[in-house]
Amino acid sequence: MTTTQYRVIGSRPVRHDGADKVTGKAIYTADTKLPGMLVGFVLRSPHAHARIISIDISEAEATPGVHAVLTAADYPNVENKMADLGEGSINLSYLSSNCMAQQKVLYRGHAGAAVAATDVHIAEEAVKKIKVEYEVLDSVTWVLDAMKEDAPLLHDDMVTDSMGEKASKPSNVPAHLHFEKGDAAAAFAEADVIVEREFKTATVHQGYIEPHAVVADYNEDGRLRIWTATQGSFTCRQQTAEILQIPLGNVLVTPCEIGGGFGGKITVYLEPTAALLSKKSGRPVRISMTRSDVFEASGPTPGSFMRVKIGAKNDGTIIAGEAWLAYDAGAYPGGVIGPGCMCVFSCYDIEHAVVDGYDVCLNKPKTSAYRAPGATQVAFATEQLVDELAQKLGMCELEIRQKNAVKEGSRRVDGPVYPPIGLVECLDALKQSDHWNTPLQGPNRGRGIAAGFWFGCGLKSSAACTVNSDGTINLLEGSTDIGGSRTSIAMQLAEVLGLEADDINPQVGDTDTAGYTDVTGGSRVTFATGMAAYEAGRDLQQQMKTLAADLWDCPADEITVDDDGSFSGNNRTLGFKELAVELFAAGEHLVGRATVSPECPTNGFGAQIADVEVDPDTGKVTVLRYTTIQDAGKAIHPSYVEGQLQGGTVQGIGWALNEEYFYKDDNSMANASFLDYRMPTMLDVPMIDTIIVETGNPEHPYGVRGVGETPIVPPPAALANAIYNATDTRMTELPMSPPKLWKAMQKHQAS
Amino acid sequence: MESNAEASGLVAASRESKRLMPIVFIPAQLRELAGGIQSVELQATNVREIVNQLDTKFPGFKDRICTDGNISPSLQISIDSVITSRGMIAKVQPHSEVHFIPAIGGG
Amino acid sequence: MSAYKKVHVTTTINGEQVDFLCEPRHSLLEVLRDSLGLTGSKEGCNNGNCGACTVILNGRPVDSCLVLSAEVEGAEIETVEGIACNSNLHPVQQCFLEGAALQCGICTPGFLVASKALLEKDPDASEETIRFDLSGNLCRCTGYDKIVRAVQAAGQQMREI
Repeated sequence: MTTTQYRVIGSRPVRHDGADKVTGKAIYTADTKLPGMLVGFVLRSPHAHARIISIDISEAEATPGVHAVLTAADYPNVENKMADLGEGSINLSYLSSNCMAQQKVLYRGHAGAAVAATDVHIAEEAVKKIKVEYEVLDSVTWVLDAMKEDAPLLHDDMVTDSMGEKASKPSNVPAHLHFEKGDAAAAFAEADVIVEREFKTATVHQGYIEPHAVVADYNEDGRLRIWTATQGSFTCRQQTAEILQIPLGNVLVTPCEIGGGFGGKITVYLEPTAALLSKKSGRPVRISMTRSDVFEASGPTPGSFMRVKIGAKNDGTIIAGEAWLAYDAGAYPGGVIGPGCMCVFSCYDIEHAVVDGYDVCLNKPKTSAYRAPGATQVAFATEQLVDELAQKLGMCELEIRQKNAVKEGSRRVDGPVYPPIGLVECLDALKQSDHWNTPLQGPNRGRGIAAGFWFGCGLKSSAACTVNSDGTINLLEGSTDIGGSRTSIAMQLAEVLGLEADDINPQVGDTDTAGYTDVTGGSRVTFATGMAAYEAGRDLQQQMKTLAADLWDCPADEITVDDDGSFSGNNRTLGFKELAVELFAAGEHLVGRATVSPECPTNGFGAQIADVEVDPDTGKVTVLRYTTIQDAGKAIHPSYVEGQLQGGTVQGIGWALNEEYFYKDDNSMANASFLDYRMPTMLDVPMIDTIIVETGNPEHPYGVRGVGETPIVPPPAALANAIYNATDTRMTELPMSPPKLWKAMQKHQAS
Repeated sequence: MESNAEASGLVAASRESKRLMPIVFIPAQLRELAGGIQSVELQATNVREIVNQLDTKFPGFKDRICTDGNISPSLQISIDSVITSRGMIAKVQPHSEVHFIPAIGGG
Repeated sequence: MSAYKKVHVTTTINGEQVDFLCEPRHSLLEVLRDSLGLTGSKEGCNNGNCGACTVILNGRPVDSCLVLSAEVEGAEIETVEGIACNSNLHPVQQCFLEGAALQCGICTPGFLVASKALLEKDPDASEETIRFDLSGNLCRCTGYDKIVRAVQAAGQQMREI
């Protein structure tokens, strides 16, 4: 556990962008207005799978107020090339086709054309005048159906790749992954107890409240300016430039304030279309998705089918694991099956295991990341089986987890060995928590626990700090701020320099001003961009030592910097601000800078406790009490760490109990609105208690680990375990909505 | 040196750092190509040397993990539990442990 | 350009008389954002499901995306831009800031307006009342915990004033 005392780190200052956000002044993309700006609207496929025979745009073009109509014919041909998204990569040809369908539409909502007009109503009406002739094709929206031999094929030329080995026949399965550690078959033969089940989870959406939006201004000189709601301005710039086949340096992406992302605002959807409409019309163009567009045509996270088996000895040691996983990729390859495979046994030290994973294309929107992508599904399976194992062995569900928890040196099924991690500490905190030690009483009530893991990544971040004449600092960084990261980054700079958080003016730069910075995702911003700010502060101190040596007439190496940021040398001591003021007066001006690319995963572990009451007549689950425990490494701004824990948990509760893409017979989504999709409201959840464990990450100067993603991993499993303890009914399908739970309870009672 | 040692045995090996050469774990999907072995120790100072030596020992290995001469975008390399972005030029130490694992996307 | 004849509307927004022209199909939210530059009210769904566009209309919180702009003739409207008094934040704004009750901030204007309306009616509102009354406002970042606490804290401050 970290014990160092800090001045700024661990305190709870008001965030720097707070006043703008409580007064309505903060500018989000849809708030942006440029002179002469047009508004775009996108034509979307009414079919889940169809060939485009022809598109007639003449009537739309002739509509008064319409300035440009766009189809795939206006998009450049993009070759089969992979583009780096910062985390993972994407095939540009697929990305381009996802932005504007070529030849075939692959899901309901797939873009087929777009209009720019003087207002949104004119654009929407003009879109209705575009005549598209479709040849409707058979479609498929369930993974196991899509894997069948006779399933309708989405991509005629797609074959299964098994780590470089290509299958001979086309299929909807672009990739098969396979992992082995030890000899699972032999270990199962040795096991005293084996549990095995099949699980299903539904497609769910990140549900950010701000719909995707973009403003594009394509200048006559070939320069393109974009204002957008993105988690990564640099990857947005790259994707847009590559799809449009224009020089990267011609594109300027300004990230506006962003209204939530959770992984869903990394790939581009609207940017190339807005840019081409702007090019065609000669005017700036803004496009916002409608809410139904967001559900039907952005990137939800996969539904899945999983068969998982674990075996243990009588003393509770888990010795064998086996998993067979099939995840939706959506319409194009490249879902999150990889991390799914790598997370299925990531919390337990299992000597022998085998994991197979399949990426499956089907007629749903291309899936994308959602907080710990791929991990929540597998935790729903594994964490229930661990409970079952405990039950069969007559062990406590916490004890079996403590006995098998991974720790430093444990080897993962995919190979690497864990550095120092904090699962054991999280389970200890759970055991000592007030929640765990307060018995739950009453009929139809149950308590469940679950553990969770997400890698967390480092990637690239940059920071520059300019010293003002009064010794305050302007901090320029490139991480779009979704949840208070300006402040958590600024606090780390303040700590190293001996300043207050308020002395730092953090600003999120655009792609022309900020140094290269990867996405706000992967739980990386406070860790990596914070590290960049720390290093920029160190750079500043180095420069100031040299300059102070001249000022104080002593060798630079005699000047020391104390923990409080003050400089000492030649019998003088000055704080950062005082020295900065003196240096400025002496004609010096200072800019500190740093780029970092930490490469070690931050390994975020957590554990959660859920208390529920199940209505036996309706199957409705009420969450009575909830505690989320997580190893933050070191909490820079505890309020915003708690906020990540609480927010991720409630998203997980929604995923567990209610959220689901309902598909109609024609494979269109039946519930593409907030009302029908039904995310948790305030009335659906209790207070979420948090316990922040701080084990200190040796890879970060202040010990930070990422916290953003792990909290969404345990809830479906913890709630399923609680529901089991309340009803004796094992739920193997998400969501555990009232109709599903009620039916399962009826079936269980009948048996 | 080739080894069929159980993975757990290798933990101890890597902790003790007695090895004089980096150990490379063969991905399960390529073990057939590599005659069933799980890991191999190779005299190498970077990933390129590892890949080339594996391809010499197990012809076709490079084609399976590389695209256009670089590590395939769907894969990443873990060296001593650190995910390197340096691909073929990433350095390895004599006691290093090298894995080829799927690329991860995050939220 | 449009086939619709524009309607002239006179209304009061944040204490000031405002005149605007709108088409009959324009919602109040569209007029606030596009015609009057009051972009603090946000569009999350445009069908009354999320509450990000909440304004106070004649003393009642409403989803401005569900109000036709032509209907507000003679009305009194308060938006998030009107909550702070001169340069003093309202207690709900201050408590949201101090309690870290916002993350991305897109739902915040709607929550502030709805909370203010609730607390003016009932500064003693219990947790249950707050959760019931604000359940028409969606937040996807915070899990609501800190929002409920901020509203409770603001209520206490308002009682003390």
